[in-house]
Amino acid sequence: MSVLSITDMSIALPSGADRPFAVKDCTYEIAKGEILCVVGESGSGKSMTANALMGLLPEGVTVAKGTAEFGGKDILQVSEIEQRALRGDRIAMIFQEPMTALNPLMRIGDQIAEVFEAHKRHTPSERKARALDLVREVGLPDPEKIIRAYPFQLSGGQRQRAMIAMSLALEPELLIADEPTTALDVTTQAQILKLILDLRERRGMAVMFITHDFGVVAEIADRVIVMRHGEIVERGTATEVLENPQHDYTKRLLEAIPTGLVPQSVAVEKAPALEVRHLKKTYHTGGGLFRPRRDVRAIDDVSLTIAKGEVLGLVGESGSGKSTLGRAVVRLVTPDAGEILVGGTDMAALSESDLRAARHKVQMVFQDPYASLNPRQRVMRALTDGPMAKGVPKDAARARARELMETVGLGAEAVDRFPHEFSGGQRQRIGIARALAMDPELIIADEAVSALDVSIQAQVLDLLRDLRRQFDLSILFITHDLRVAAQLCDRIAVMQRGQLVEIGPVSDVFLNPQHEYTQKLLAAVPGGGWGKAAE
Amino acid sequence: MSLWSRFATNRAAVIGLIVLIAVIIIALLAPVMFPKGPWAMVQRPFLAPFDTDGLPLGTDTLGRNVLAGLIYGARVSLLVGLVSTVMALLIGVPLGAVAGFYGGWVDEIAMRFTEFFQTIPNFALAIVLVAILEPSLTSITISIAIVSWPPVARLVRAEVMSVTRREYVDAARLAGLSNLHILTRQVLPNTVSPIIVMASLMVATAILLESSLSFLGLGDPNIMSWGYQIGAARTVIRSAWWLSFFPGVAIVLTVLALNLIGEGLNDALNPHLTRKGKS
Repeated sequence: MSVLSITDMSIALPSGADRPFAVKDCTYEIAKGEILCVVGESGSGKSMTANALMGLLPEGVTVAKGTAEFGGKDILQVSEIEQRALRGDRIAMIFQEPMTALNPLMRIGDQIAEVFEAHKRHTPSERKARALDLVREVGLPDPEKIIRAYPFQLSGGQRQRAMIAMSLALEPELLIADEPTTALDVTTQAQILKLILDLRERRGMAVMFITHDFGVVAEIADRVIVMRHGEIVERGTATEVLENPQHDYTKRLLEAIPTGLVPQSVAVEKAPALEVRHLKKTYHTGGGLFRPRRDVRAIDDVSLTIAKGEVLGLVGESGSGKSTLGRAVVRLVTPDAGEILVGGTDMAALSESDLRAARHKVQMVFQDPYASLNPRQRVMRALTDGPMAKGVPKDAARARARELMETVGLGAEAVDRFPHEFSGGQRQRIGIARALAMDPELIIADEAVSALDVSIQAQVLDLLRDLRRQFDLSILFITHDLRVAAQLCDRIAVMQRGQLVEIGPVSDVFLNPQHEYTQKLLAAVPGGGWGKAAE
Repeated sequence: MSLWSRFATNRAAVIGLIVLIAVIIIALLAPVMFPKGPWAMVQRPFLAPFDTDGLPLGTDTLGRNVLAGLIYGARVSLLVGLVSTVMALLIGVPLGAVAGFYGGWVDEIAMRFTEFFQTIPNFALAIVLVAILEPSLTSITISIAIVSWPPVARLVRAEVMSVTRREYVDAARLAGLSNLHILTRQVLPNTVSPIIVMASLMVATAILLESSLSFLGLGDPNIMSWGYQIGAARTVIRSAWWLSFFPGVAIVLTVLALNLIGEGLNDALNPHLTRKGKS
C-alpha cells in the first residue's frame, strides 16, 4: 500500500534557467514503513520534488503537470488552507541545516509545542508534556533541561534531533528528510541515521530521504531512486542499485565514491618538509565581569612531521582543531607556543616582514570554492599576484600562470575569465593552480574537496594525485571524510579536542586502529566496507 | 545581466535618473538662459506666476525672476551635494577601511572618534560650524561633509570586516602581499556597491542640509539657492505662495530623484537582495 504516489510530475523552471524543467516526468511511490532514498548530485532536482510536495517551491518555479496522490487526494492541487493542514500533521520535513531551521529566539520545548498549537491540538499543559515525551523519544540527553534550552545551546546533532522531534509531533505518515545529516560529523550522522531507522520501526512511517551520499544510502535505504538533470535514471531496491547498477551514470557515481579499500602504504623515508613541535594554541572566549572565561584548547601540544613528497591526512570531527592546525602552519593563526619548521625556518617565530618573504613556502587550498577567489579579479591576477610579490618578473609569472592552468586541466585561455564563469570543481582547480604558482614546499589542503559533488571530488582527487607525482609535492590534507583520506594519503593523523590521538601509515590506522576514538570514527562511517585491504 | 539592464528594469529608478539629468542640464545652461543672473530686478514685485509673458513663475519680493533664481539655485544645490559627498567619502572610506581591516586598538580609536561626531546632532553641528567659519559656499560644503562622514566610516568598516574574513583574502596573505595591497586591491573593490548606494543617498541629504542652512539665513549671502528663496519668502507665504512653493517643489523633485536612483542602484548592485514581489 503506497502512502504517496507521484505520477508524471514535471516542475517548470522560470525562463532563462539552464534547463526548462527542474524535474521531468517523475513517477514513483513510497509504501508505508519504507525508506526511499532519492540520490543525485547538486542540481539534479532531487530536492525540488520534496519542495513541491510541501508547497515550498521558490518563486517562479511551478508544477507544470502530474499528480501526487497522498491520502486519496492530489496534494499538488489542494488549496493553501488544506495544504497547511497537511503540513506537519501528515507530512513532515526536516532540513539540512538545523541551526537555521530552528527559531533562535525560542526554547526547544516551545517550538515543539508550537506545532500542536498550530494544528489546535491538546491543552497547553498537555502540549508541554507531549513535547517532553518527544524530546525523550529522539534520545536527547536530560530532556527536562533541553526543552528549556535555546537552539544555540545545543550541538549540531542535538539540534537535528530537536528538528526530528518537531516533525514527529503529530505522527506524520510521511517524513521528508532533505540531506538531514550532511552538515553533521560522521559519528553524529551515524546516530541520526540510527534514530531515523528506529523511528521508522516504531511508528511505521514512510521516509523520503534525499541525499547525495551513497554511504548513507547503503546504510538506510530500502529502495533507491537516482536522479540526474531532473530525470530518474535508475530505480530499484538498495541492493540492486548498489551492487548491480544498470545506468552508466549510476555506475560512474558509484565508482567515484572513494572506496573503503585501503592501499598498502609505502614508507616514505626522506627529509622532512614540515616539522611541527609541541604546538599550542588556546582560544579565550567570553569572559567579562560576571562570567568566567572559557578556554578552548584548539591545538594542545601537537607534534608531527611530513616528509618530502608525502601526503599526511589530518582527520577529525568539527571542533577537533584540525583546521586551526592547518592555519597555524601557514601562520594565518599565530600559535601560542611551539615550533613550525618548514625547510629549516621556524614559521612560528618570524616577524611580520620576514614572514611575508617566507609565505611562499607553504600554500593553502581552501574549502569553499566560491569564497576563495576574489569575484572582481580575473584568474590571471589571482595566479600572478603572489609570484610578482615574490619578485618574479611579470612576463614570467604570466607564462607560468598559463602553463599551470594547462596543468590543472582548464586550458591556458581560461586565465582571462572571471571566477564566476567557472563551476565549483573548476574553481577548486584554480585554487590548486594558485597554490602551485608559488612553488611551495608544502601545500595545506583544508577540506579542499568537501564542498564538491562525488564525481567532481573524484576528479580533483585524481588531479592532486597526478600533481603530487609530477612535482613531488608534500601535502597536509585536512578532511573530515575518512574515505577521502584513505584514497590520497600515505599517513593519517587523527585529532580529537586539540590533541593528536593517533598517527601512522594509512593501512595501520584504518585496519588496526589503536585509539578508542579512531575506532569509533571508523565504525561511524556510513556504508561500511572497512577493514578490507586492497589486493 | 549587465548592471545597466538590471537598473533599467526598475522603472522608478530610470525616472529618477531622467529627472536628475534634466536638473543637471538646466543647471549647466543657466548662464545661457538668464545671462543677467538671478539677482537682477526685471519687473515689479509680487507678480503671480503664469500671468506675465517671460516670467512664467512670477517675481519675488524685490521683483526678481523666480525661475532664474530656481535655475541658478540648482547649480548651488547640486554642487554642494556632490562636493560635500565626495569630501565625506574621502574622510569616511579610509578611516572605516583601516578600522575594519586592522581591528584591535586601531578600530577602537577610529570608532570612538567616529562616535564622538555621531553623538552631536548633525544639523546643530553644521550650524555651529557654518557660524564659526562664516557663511560661504566653501564653509557650507565643508561643514556638510564633516557632519555626514560618520555613517560612511561605519558602513565601510562593517563591509571591510566581512570581506576580510573571506578566504581569498587569506589566500592573498599567503601570497605574501602587503597589507596595503590587500586592502586596496582585494578588499575595497568588493565593498564599492554599498558605498555607491550610500553616496547617492548622501547627495540627497546634503542638498536638504544646504537648503535648511540657507533657509535659516546661514547660506552664502552672495549665492542664490533654493533654501535662500524659501527662507526669504517665508514672511509673505500667505500673500505670495509661489515664492516658497516652486523652490520647495524643486527640492522635493531632486531629492526624490536621487533617492530613487539610490534604491535602483541598490537593487542592481545586489541582485541577491532584491526584495520579493518586485520584478
